[in-house]
Amino acid sequence: MREKTWVDGLLDYFLNSSTAVKVLASIIAIVGGLIVGLVIMLILDPSRAFAGFSTILFGLFRNGTQSIGNMLYYAVPIILTGLSVAFAFRTGLFNIGATGQLTFGAFFAVYVGVNWTFLGSFHWVVALLAGGLAGAFWGMIPGMLKAFRNVNEVVASIMLNYVAMYFSTLMVKTTIYNQSVARAFGPAESAQIPKGFFETLTNGSSLNYGLFVAFLVTAILHVILAKTTFGYQLKSVGFNRDASRYAGMNEKRNIILAMTIAGAVSGLAGAIMFLVPGRFLTIESNLLQEGFTGIAVSLLGLSSPIGVLIAGIFYGSLEIGGFYLQVTTQFVPELIEIIIAAIIYISALALFFQNIIYKTLKKRKDARLEATHE
Amino acid sequence: MTPVIEMNGITKEFPGIIANDNITLSVQEGEIHALLGENGAGKSTLMSVLFGLYRAEKGKILVRGQEVDIKNPNDANELGIGMVHQHFKLVDTFSVLDNIILGYEDVDRGFLKKDEARQKIVELSEQYKLKIDPDALIRDISVGQQQRVEILKMLYRNSDILIFDEPTAVLTPQEIEELMKIMKALVKEGRSIILITHKLNEIQQVADRVTILRKGKKIDTLDVKDATNEMLAERMVGRKVLFELEKDPHAPGETVFECEGLTMRDPKTQKAVVSDMHFTVRQGEIVTIAGIEGNGQTEMVYGLTGLKPIERGAITLNGQDISHEPILRRNLIGLAHIPEDRQRYGLVLDYTLANNLILHNYFEDRFQSRGFLDKQAIESFAEHVIDKYDVRSSNGADSMARSMSGGNQQKAILGREIERDTDVIIAVQPTRGLDVGAIEFIHKELLALRDQGKAILLISLELDEVMRLSDRIIVMYEGEHVGEFDPAKTSPEELGLYMSGSKRKEA
Repeated sequence: MREKTWVDGLLDYFLNSSTAVKVLASIIAIVGGLIVGLVIMLILDPSRAFAGFSTILFGLFRNGTQSIGNMLYYAVPIILTGLSVAFAFRTGLFNIGATGQLTFGAFFAVYVGVNWTFLGSFHWVVALLAGGLAGAFWGMIPGMLKAFRNVNEVVASIMLNYVAMYFSTLMVKTTIYNQSVARAFGPAESAQIPKGFFETLTNGSSLNYGLFVAFLVTAILHVILAKTTFGYQLKSVGFNRDASRYAGMNEKRNIILAMTIAGAVSGLAGAIMFLVPGRFLTIESNLLQEGFTGIAVSLLGLSSPIGVLIAGIFYGSLEIGGFYLQVTTQFVPELIEIIIAAIIYISALALFFQNIIYKTLKKRKDARLEATHE
Repeated sequence: MTPVIEMNGITKEFPGIIANDNITLSVQEGEIHALLGENGAGKSTLMSVLFGLYRAEKGKILVRGQEVDIKNPNDANELGIGMVHQHFKLVDTFSVLDNIILGYEDVDRGFLKKDEARQKIVELSEQYKLKIDPDALIRDISVGQQQRVEILKMLYRNSDILIFDEPTAVLTPQEIEELMKIMKALVKEGRSIILITHKLNEIQQVADRVTILRKGKKIDTLDVKDATNEMLAERMVGRKVLFELEKDPHAPGETVFECEGLTMRDPKTQKAVVSDMHFTVRQGEIVTIAGIEGNGQTEMVYGLTGLKPIERGAITLNGQDISHEPILRRNLIGLAHIPEDRQRYGLVLDYTLANNLILHNYFEDRFQSRGFLDKQAIESFAEHVIDKYDVRSSNGADSMARSMSGGNQQKAILGREIERDTDVIIAVQPTRGLDVGAIEFIHKELLALRDQGKAILLISLELDEVMRLSDRIIVMYEGEHVGEFDPAKTSPEELGLYMSGSKRKEA
């Protein structure tokens, strides 16, 4: 008999673990997306393609800790919107309204940040919470519509995205409008999320305590989903609404709570994005892109909080790569968006990949078994 | 003589299981060849390979001695192979005629040649006594008639190798009798039939030979005239099976579950699907609602359990009026429910077995503290249920419910509901689609519960089961109570007349 080697062990591990196969499928999607990016760069400008490509991959190491800090800074809102989408998804709801909840949260955070200067050193905390609460309210609306009137949450939350966007424009104009530059005032310094020790640690990057919020929310959602009776109910409703009803669970309550929590997380993302120096609420009619990127990150992270955290950081690294790409080569940063889109496209084929991976592994195992018998 | 169908060494794998492992099957011309096996034994997979729905990884198929490559159902049709699926493939809003010619239309410059088709259909239906109105809409005819349409569809396509997938599951005893006659007439004409079934009586009645599958492997092929039911069951399950169950005398206690004047309406059509239904169930008895599928039993159970609101009537559980209580309240007062659709209602398929076993009582103190699930308590409860109810799965308590076989899923649900220790248990078709071994197990458990003094309301379509378990039988027809019977003083034939609406007792 041939000894069992680590290769056998590894094959067994993948064959018995559906999560491992799924993760592998996500990684393949990422590699595939990057290759698509590379091919486009080769078509556009073959001479600089490889230099540009390595910038995308390794841009985050370009300026030492500063670029790593900036990467995380970019990643934080994406992680949060990703968590928002993922959490709703685990309850069987597609929260395409993350951008609206984010916008709604952002406005209230900035409003508190501009006006309530009497709060002193608690100012930023209150502004942050205001964003979360506003987002929660905005998420609760489609949740209630779904629970009580069976209105499809996708339709309701898409519409509410526009309502939130125009509401924000209207409210900015009437309350915190900076006439001279035609945009909102920035939050008072006391309302800006502190950078604390990140300032020195990351050599003056934009990274702030928002990172802790992202970590904390990831941990909380992970614990809720994995360990609590509440999470047990949410997942049960998500997997099988009929069986949950049969078991006596209150699916309406669960749907509303799931959407409210998802909204709160998106609202926090909005607050963190705008409670910084140099970024202002505008009166342009654009939906904020971060809400949609959250959907992509949630998919890539397999709708698990930890997965979303990792996928969000990966997204941040691409963003920073895109930033340097623009600085150092002729390529436009939109390439990054194309790569992300390709990754999502490919991960939508995840099931297909999972089957291929499974079959390949199985074949290798059979081949090894046969080799053993001979 | 060359067999009309030969399948040699068929192997078909799905991720994680080998559904067919080197199976050999040979069917002679003009015979009815039964394919017997438990659920998950690989019967349907094998036939799907023959019909071109799946492709086997290994093995050869010979039709009339010629090796063939069947890539899709069209290839199968060309070779004269037809199949009546368990769930009919008919367009509800089309007429019988349209359904029969669908996909096989004769056209003249783009226009359908319906008159010729009609003539052919009328001829076929007279020849085989498949009485049917070609212009009736599918949605207006009975399930038995729909099955005839499926048979005519095969004949219209000149199929002479006919596959029937569990054809009697949806029929009344009278309709089964008819079907058996039709099948015999078909083979007399030189056609060959493969009959997928797990009902031993049917095999004895019509089949010439039987091939037994177990866990994806072929066990044996026997001449039916040399085989007894006991023998077949033993080979199918792999151990001896009891056919007669010991049953203590009927000694009912107090009434614990009662329903009066229950009326429910279909919200779309406003038709009453349950009207003025009434029954009582006492401790220590099994009351069975018998009836053909689709006569309001499903809706009645939804009403009783709270899954759907009722329009009128009173439901009393342990002396409390629960007519309008939410599901959770009914569960807590003491109602257990083994649902008809175990995958839709009974289980969360993407949860582990352990998680499924606490579906009703995850919030009880024994499974959680301060909102945090107690993994260990849940695991050990799961182990207990797995042991006690012989629930088998690949990975014990951590197996995904989805990966378990139908019989084991059902055992898990049964175990969970029994462990809740409620006074009343509603069991809806608890043995549907299960094999002899699992049926035996579930019947024994239900009788044991009855002897412990539980009140059991059984809803069943299988008359064998009704006769074997019931203390009292109520027949339901078109949503109404049409008669109550003592199983000792009635026969399946009498019940059949009430179930089909030919007779009714006036209350």
